Amino acid sequence: MSSTATTVAQSAPEPVSAGAGTSTTEAPGPVSAPENGGAGSAPGTPGPATDYADYRVVPARHPWRWVGTAVVGLGVLGIAWSLATNPRWEWGVVAQWFTAKSIVDGLLETLKLTAISGALGFVLGFVLALMRLSASPLLLSVSWTFSWIFRSTPLLVQMLLWYNLGYLYEKISLGLPFTDVRFFEVQTTTLISQFAAAVLGLTLNQAAYSAEIIRGGILSVDQGQLEAAAALGIPAWRRSTRIVLPQAMRAILPTAFNEIIGLVKGTSIVYVLAYSELFYTVQVIYNRTQQVLPLLLVATLWYVVITSVLSVFQYYIERHYSRGAVRSLPLTPLQKARKFLSTHATDTRAKGLR
Amino acid sequence: MSTATQETTRGLVEITKVRKSFGAVEVLKGVSLTVEPGGVAVIVGPSGSGKSTLLRTINHLEKVDGGFIAIDGALVGYGIRGRRLHELREKEILKQRTEIGMVFQNFNLFPHLTALENVAEAPVVAPRAGKPRLSKAAARERGLELLDRVGLKDRAGAYPRQLSGGQQQRVAIARALALDPKILLFDEPTSALDPELVNEVLDVIRELAKSSTTLVIVTHEMGFARDVADTVVFMDQGRIVEQGTPQAIFTNPQEERTRSFFSKVIEPAFNI
Repeated sequence: MSSTATTVAQSAPEPVSAGAGTSTTEAPGPVSAPENGGAGSAPGTPGPATDYADYRVVPARHPWRWVGTAVVGLGVLGIAWSLATNPRWEWGVVAQWFTAKSIVDGLLETLKLTAISGALGFVLGFVLALMRLSASPLLLSVSWTFSWIFRSTPLLVQMLLWYNLGYLYEKISLGLPFTDVRFFEVQTTTLISQFAAAVLGLTLNQAAYSAEIIRGGILSVDQGQLEAAAALGIPAWRRSTRIVLPQAMRAILPTAFNEIIGLVKGTSIVYVLAYSELFYTVQVIYNRTQQVLPLLLVATLWYVVITSVLSVFQYYIERHYSRGAVRSLPLTPLQKARKFLSTHATDTRAKGLR
Repeated sequence: MSTATQETTRGLVEITKVRKSFGAVEVLKGVSLTVEPGGVAVIVGPSGSGKSTLLRTINHLEKVDGGFIAIDGALVGYGIRGRRLHELREKEILKQRTEIGMVFQNFNLFPHLTALENVAEAPVVAPRAGKPRLSKAAARERGLELLDRVGLKDRAGAYPRQLSGGQQQRVAIARALALDPKILLFDEPTSALDPELVNEVLDVIRELAKSSTTLVIVTHEMGFARDVADTVVFMDQGRIVEQGTPQAIFTNPQEERTRSFFSKVIEPAFNI
């Protein structure tokens, strides 16, 4: 085996083909000579061994790419033009309402609903995910049933059901079952306001979905990680929070942000409870002024703004959790811009010097 | 086990008639083995012979179906009350595990933590028998010491994926040492490594073999086994076929099965 490798190295002394195995058995002479030699200086090297360092590199051309760019560019320009010039979009009305107090109040309600039901939903979802992964058959089936019910009923129905709970149960009380002992009793209608019904509906629905997302993330973490942590005597809660969850986050985050963004717009369903969040407010206004499309645009633009801000958060949070998963973190857009500017600046300076 | 010997004994492993099945397959069929404190036992044998499973029963990663395992006279996974064996609670099992370090074939380093964080995690949070938990600062200091010992102090801030396989396994060894275990288990520590990286890991284990820590090593590196072992254990089909000094097992095996196994695996290793 080693003798054939040696003859290969001798007959064709190209620098790369000499295997690592031969260099240990064979004297370094014939192997290393062409490496040092460079352009034709090695004695007995057949054929042209030119150094291409002085040659200029010409990038490949892509004419069709330019054609495609032009077509798409024209299309975009056309849409932008029609948006700007068609008077029926009524941009003036949009601008007038965009920061109106009632709209901003509605926006804040939307943000409040999203934040509260998003946070509660994911906390409850985390608990449900752990229950679903537990060894207890009771916890497992309770968690499964929860997800099954809340994923299979329309959110609209859930919402109306919570709001009309007072019809089903007039009073809500806490006491000993099957006796008359009551510690606490309250009228359902005073307990479940529009806000409470909205939060309840959105939270429980969100929890059912996020439980599955979190469970999927936890399952994506290699079993060996848990074994290593257990072998080191790391306690169970710490294993979940310090070892498994941070690794699961990489799988959880993209879908979780999908859910949150969905929830931002999903809050608009609360209009059935006549709760004055962004979408309901807009409806009330256009029913009065008949400026339907411009006001829908106002709401749409705000949803776009919220989603954009969330996307920026998503980018940086995902980047945070990719520590260790990639060999070196990719540059942030800001870093890229800075790098571009600095190299561009040095480029022009270099050209100026020439 | 009298209390007097317990004081001085450090890392006696007694495995008695251990049986373990996965479904219908019995992978351990009554295995008994004793490893003296500070001893080095190397378990060899064909794939599927139950070597790794046996190793994993020692720190209770696998529960045994029959027989028992004792570390310095204390049963692993069970407490004795009267004439009853009580399954230990999670916390007690974790305590036992902190006395037994384990190094895995696939390293199983925590990829989102740096080399130093990997080593310094357990001493801060693991419940330890008779020893206090370390403060974060103390654990870091100890971690750097251990990384230095395996020759990786300058890579303390690197994430596992930024390290070569050999370096990762050395970090894993440092991590296992962080709790000052009496016993170290190695589950094919070099099987996932490129041939040229194997030796840097074996060298670290050779150093450990000189210390007072008991080592139980499952490996396919026969040359290494011959160098480092006090006892070589040959397993096949869930049983220990033969055990003895490396000299006895490698040069003069008594059993036909041992002989045929070594004739297949040893030849190339000894020709160097």
